[in-house]
Amino acid sequence: MSASTRQSLHPGLNLGAEHGDDHLEAETSVFGFWVFMMSDMVTFGMFFAVFATTLPLACCPGPTELFDLGSIAWQTSFLLLSSMTSGMAVLTMKQEHGGRSACIKKLVFWLLLTVLLGCGFLYREISDFIFMATAGGPPTRSGYLSALWSLVGLHGLHVTGGILWCLVIVVGVMVRGVDLRWKLALLRWAVFWHFLDVVWIFIFSFVFLGGLL
Amino acid sequence: MLEALFGRLTWDSIILVQEFEDPNLNTFITAGAAAMMPVGGALVVALLFWMKWWKPLFDWLTSVDHKKIGTMYIIFAVIMFFRGVVEGVLMRVNQAVALDGGFLSSDHFNQLFTTHGTNMIFFVAMPFLIGLINIVVPLQIGARDVAFPKLNQISLGLTAVGGFLIMISLLVGEFSTGGWTGYPSFTGRLINPGVGPDYYILSIGISGIGSTLTGVNFAVTIYKMRTAGMSFMRMPLFTWTALCTSILLIFAMPPLTACCLMLGLDRYLGFHFFTNDMGGNLMNFINLFWMFGHPEVYILILPAFGVMSEIAATFSGKRLYGYTGLVAATMCIAVISFMVWLHHFFTMGQSATVNAAFGIATLLVAIPTGVKIYDWLATLWGGRIRFTTPMLYLCGFFVLFAIGGLSGVILANPTLDYQLHNSLFLVAHFHNVIIPGVLFGVLAGIYFWFPKIYGFRLLDGYSRITAFLWAFGFILAFLPLYQVGMMGLTRRTVNYDDPALVPWLVVSATGALFLGLAFLFVLLTLWRSVVNRKKLAVPFGDPWDGRTLEWWTPAPTPEWNFAVLPKVDGRDPFTEAKAKGTAYQPIEKYEDIEMPANTYYGLIIAALGSGLGFGLVWYMWWLAIICFLGCIVTVITYAFLPERKKIIPAAEVREIDEAWRRAAREARGVTRDDECNEANQGLARPDLITNP
Repeated sequence: MSASTRQSLHPGLNLGAEHGDDHLEAETSVFGFWVFMMSDMVTFGMFFAVFATTLPLACCPGPTELFDLGSIAWQTSFLLLSSMTSGMAVLTMKQEHGGRSACIKKLVFWLLLTVLLGCGFLYREISDFIFMATAGGPPTRSGYLSALWSLVGLHGLHVTGGILWCLVIVVGVMVRGVDLRWKLALLRWAVFWHFLDVVWIFIFSFVFLGGLL
Repeated sequence: MLEALFGRLTWDSIILVQEFEDPNLNTFITAGAAAMMPVGGALVVALLFWMKWWKPLFDWLTSVDHKKIGTMYIIFAVIMFFRGVVEGVLMRVNQAVALDGGFLSSDHFNQLFTTHGTNMIFFVAMPFLIGLINIVVPLQIGARDVAFPKLNQISLGLTAVGGFLIMISLLVGEFSTGGWTGYPSFTGRLINPGVGPDYYILSIGISGIGSTLTGVNFAVTIYKMRTAGMSFMRMPLFTWTALCTSILLIFAMPPLTACCLMLGLDRYLGFHFFTNDMGGNLMNFINLFWMFGHPEVYILILPAFGVMSEIAATFSGKRLYGYTGLVAATMCIAVISFMVWLHHFFTMGQSATVNAAFGIATLLVAIPTGVKIYDWLATLWGGRIRFTTPMLYLCGFFVLFAIGGLSGVILANPTLDYQLHNSLFLVAHFHNVIIPGVLFGVLAGIYFWFPKIYGFRLLDGYSRITAFLWAFGFILAFLPLYQVGMMGLTRRTVNYDDPALVPWLVVSATGALFLGLAFLFVLLTLWRSVVNRKKLAVPFGDPWDGRTLEWWTPAPTPEWNFAVLPKVDGRDPFTEAKAKGTAYQPIEKYEDIEMPANTYYGLIIAALGSGLGFGLVWYMWWLAIICFLGCIVTVITYAFLPERKKIIPAAEVREIDEAWRRAAREARGVTRDDECNEANQGLARPDLITNP
């Protein structure tokens, strides 16, 4: 590969040059996923915008009755910690060059830890949803509750998808080893997982803190 | 038991049954349309058996070759176009005789304008343009394929799901009556509990996801797959417009996905996003829809502008005038397109200040568009213009599109919009930009690039007649609508009681018949050209004395596009190579070429997506769940299946490429005077290249 092609690569998106030719394909694959994430971000933006135009109605319980900041704090901690562990997984993959069993063990460890934290997040979130439904705040009661449930729920569905994807990667690296395909999958999944963190920060700040302050 | 199995699908839902139970003209028309589906399907299957075309069919459906996928998009669009044209003609004819009556019932008429609009925008204009982009862009940037070939196939599959749903609604059930914009609360559960709006949101929602993925795919392809030396400011204009369209798709499709999801939640689960009560707000839908809907207009028109740029340069034998200005204008339009959505509902209660801001933003669009028109005119100035079919479309475009643009400027003024909104003036305006703009661009582009991909030209005489029919039919059909719009006839009106409208509407209906004839001439041109393909063959691949990389390959273009990826050092690399006489020089070194192998991925997703959509429309939950899980399982399975590649050995590539180059060096080629004759073998004679 010529020098000019190398220069046009974006550091940070891709694998290091020590991964051989793999880092060339990472350029297209991971960049493409970033572009897709931009599109997904607009989807979230639309749900945020609709949420911002609604107000709690007098008929139904509002934020003070429905939100439990303690639980939200747990969810935030789970998700932020899981972002760190997912980062550790990617670092393991980048530093401990592909294929060796020690690398796979470490990688799987970090990935499963991430899954565990993600499940912790989902558990608390679903408990909150059940509480809201029983406390008189199901999404069918008002426009505000519809917007709230679907915004938070859309994020929750993304987290569920992310967990499923992570498990697929775990099986993949265990069966096939850390080859190009799974390296790229891991890089894209990591972008996705961090993205969910960013979205959560906004949900935390605007929906939950904003609702209670 | 039956209800669990079939949901709300009953025997009476099938349109053909309704004809027997309640025979009248309306059910006869719908039954006739519905009958075309099984009859047409049976004919196609019979043809496939008769000609033993099953294997080639599956070769196509499983192909990841961008040229084949593009062709399939265009075939899909032509089929849907047939339906759209028939619906349009039916509505115009009904309106011509609708003084105190008309032969269509209002419900039937409502379904017609809804499917006509939905169909023409999502399943005709978009697949036409995405098809052209698929075929042309990788060739223009010197690439062998798109960045994500399998994703490309999935996008096609999801578009086909949308098409399937809108077509099956003809046979089973009904389509929405809420117009192509589908505003709640009319499309909400309370007023419209039937299957129509569900067909609508699922068909555009699912195909919208496909379009988003297409946008991602082509943005990455254009950013990352350009050949050596193809810097941004050397990209052909069509590629630039494809890039802007891709960016618009990436950012404009999510609002559509979001508003379809929300309307779906309202309808299926009883949420209150857009309901009249309980804190719902239907203006949110209208805002979200037009946040998608306005950029969509430019998603459609920008690639057509790209085609016109290529045609202006090629058929006047001149370098494109004002390249930088055209690029800047394209980008300006793309950016401004996100800032004008509110002009679609000036009358819906904003303050005058807000309306003024959006009105001015809308007027601004005229500036970059004007820059483009003048650039094309300046490209023609002093050139050696050949009045070929694409040039005829370009001339029609100059005159007619300018009228459409100017009527847009009139509507952009909120005070005038208060008078003209919701009238046939508006209908005349947007048909006036879409037909001479988008459709002329698409038809010119198909005539222009057809020989490149399939190896033979389209018959010239037929194509010219077709072009005149489109222009003539358009003028007759839509210019009178400006007048009746100003006389106060509202859009989507099934009948009226003012006799003064009749003459205008009769002229308009006559024009619609000419448009129908023009469509038949498109098919006729294609058929006569296929029959005469030996005489029309252009094996050397450069029938129009082309300027950009796509003409630098044999025709039909081999699967791998370029035997050796070209290096570029200017804006019109092929013209420069021809001027220097180096275009067909032998190449020293060939390498093995690796291409992605065929896959069933897209086909499986399309089948499961169709099941998912159909199951959701009819509340057949088991079908929806199975198909949804099936999609997930498919994606995971393909994540584990080994990546299959085809290796094309260097020797084979060398043999084909050297034969082509040798023949091109030895042949004489034709001058531009013989461009549309049988003498044109696709080799331009170099001594006549002027003004490179």
